[in-house]
Amino acid sequence: MKELTCIVCPVGCHLSVDENQKITGNKCPRGYQYAISELTHPKRMLTTTVRTIFNDVPRLSVKSKEPVPKEYLFDIMSELNQLIVTKHVKIGDIIVSNIHQTGVDMVATKSTDVNHQ
Amino acid sequence: MNNVDLAIIGGGAAGLAAALSAVDDALRIVLIEKDRQLGGILNQCIHHGFGLHQFKEELTGPEYADRFIQSLSKQGVSIMFETTVLDIQKKEDFELMISSPKHGYEHLHARAVILASGCYERTRGAAIIPGTRPKGIMPAGSAQRYLNMEGYLVGKRIFILGSGDIGLIMARRMTLEGAQVLGVAEIMPYSNGLTRNIVQCLHDFDIPLYLSHTVTHVKGKEVLEQITIQEVDQSMNPIAGTEKVFDVDTLLLSIGLIPDVALFDGLPMKKSPTTRSAYVDQHLMTNIDGLFVCGNALHVHDLVDWVSDEGKKAGQWAKRYLLSPSHAVKDLKPILLGHYVRYVVPHHIDMNDCTEPITLSFRITKKMTAAYIKVIQDDQVIAQRKSAYLAPAEMESMIIQPHQLISKNPIQLIVEDIV
Repeated sequence: MKELTCIVCPVGCHLSVDENQKITGNKCPRGYQYAISELTHPKRMLTTTVRTIFNDVPRLSVKSKEPVPKEYLFDIMSELNQLIVTKHVKIGDIIVSNIHQTGVDMVATKSTDVNHQ
Repeated sequence: MNNVDLAIIGGGAAGLAAALSAVDDALRIVLIEKDRQLGGILNQCIHHGFGLHQFKEELTGPEYADRFIQSLSKQGVSIMFETTVLDIQKKEDFELMISSPKHGYEHLHARAVILASGCYERTRGAAIIPGTRPKGIMPAGSAQRYLNMEGYLVGKRIFILGSGDIGLIMARRMTLEGAQVLGVAEIMPYSNGLTRNIVQCLHDFDIPLYLSHTVTHVKGKEVLEQITIQEVDQSMNPIAGTEKVFDVDTLLLSIGLIPDVALFDGLPMKKSPTTRSAYVDQHLMTNIDGLFVCGNALHVHDLVDWVSDEGKKAGQWAKRYLLSPSHAVKDLKPILLGHYVRYVVPHHIDMNDCTEPITLSFRITKKMTAAYIKVIQDDQVIAQRKSAYLAPAEMESMIIQPHQLISKNPIQLIVEDIV
């Protein structure tokens, strides 16, 4: 028996997985998916910032469009820390596609042109 | 534009929602923001988890703000950026003393004002941490702003006091940026943060959480060098012999938030010692006619979704006040607090103006696995519901319909533990 706390949403269901991989305690199907993924290949959403050349927004906030493998978090961070955004971007624009060969894109969660919103 | 109908102070979650719901062709509305952009604290909350109630999806802070900013941009609300309100006076109307780099010092007249200025963080002084006064001790939210908006990592070896969500989020954020977070101390025997944040911010990075521990000493001449934590007993007194020493250059404080209503100091406004903000009626109006407060400036909320809801209400009530004011003399009756109820907002109800449902937002003092929430008037239960789980860290709400009121006497809110 393994105990997990679901991190998919702020409710934080307490999940139990038994020897036959039967999952209990989840209030929604996403909890079931989370338990399977957590025991086979844990993934996390990554939110961070990248440098820009714009004075109004010296850091642009970005997120992984989907959760990425947990073991790559630090590698992805170092890749993103090399980056400088030099062209204006809008919220949702892809900043790096297929980051660290994960198949997941990093997208902007903000526009760089803040004063004309 | 020196004369407006409505001035909204603060362009964060509460102010944005208030502006959107107050919009009307007949009203001149101005939104005053001290920063160079709208969104307030949401801009520095780059993590995801916002908007599950408002939008049924999980957004990051900037994305959540953007939804409201986009809706507002289609409306005729003027926005004053980089503008600080220095003082408010009430004469015939409200007179706001404002200042900005672009226009300098100006006066602005408004018939009604919504204060949506958010809250500020408790500092070291408020927590009374003994020791020297070196650099490197700061509120977690300030460190978050430095890192996420300006791009400065404030330290390399970090300890965090307080296990609220801001502290936990910053533990992960600074770890990802290459700092070493040596631990989080929480004076209570439990964390006030979400369980999922304990998992994904601390467990994921093997950061220890010291429950029933607090910082009892700091050391360092110019810059912080060392902190000492100690276990506390049930009366919160440090236990001798439990000292643990950490060599750190930064101590982040995540020890609570206080509504920012310093602007009211010049007005004869009545304040609650519990929420440390204004007493308001069910229309979120203070004892000063035409002055409304909402969001974290009124009481500290757990979720931004609830802040937006309250801002929306403040906007609606301010609009009604301006366009179709009630001429009835107010009959304010306090809401009495039963056992285990720490505070309730609104604080009183205008019994001569009960036409819409009244939302009571409240916090309790004790964790309960099952409870009845009841509203009593004239010794009768006029509204009740059962709640499966109640905790001091979680804001609860109860809605009263106008027809449920049986008289104009005060109502009482009580919470009964089902054992």
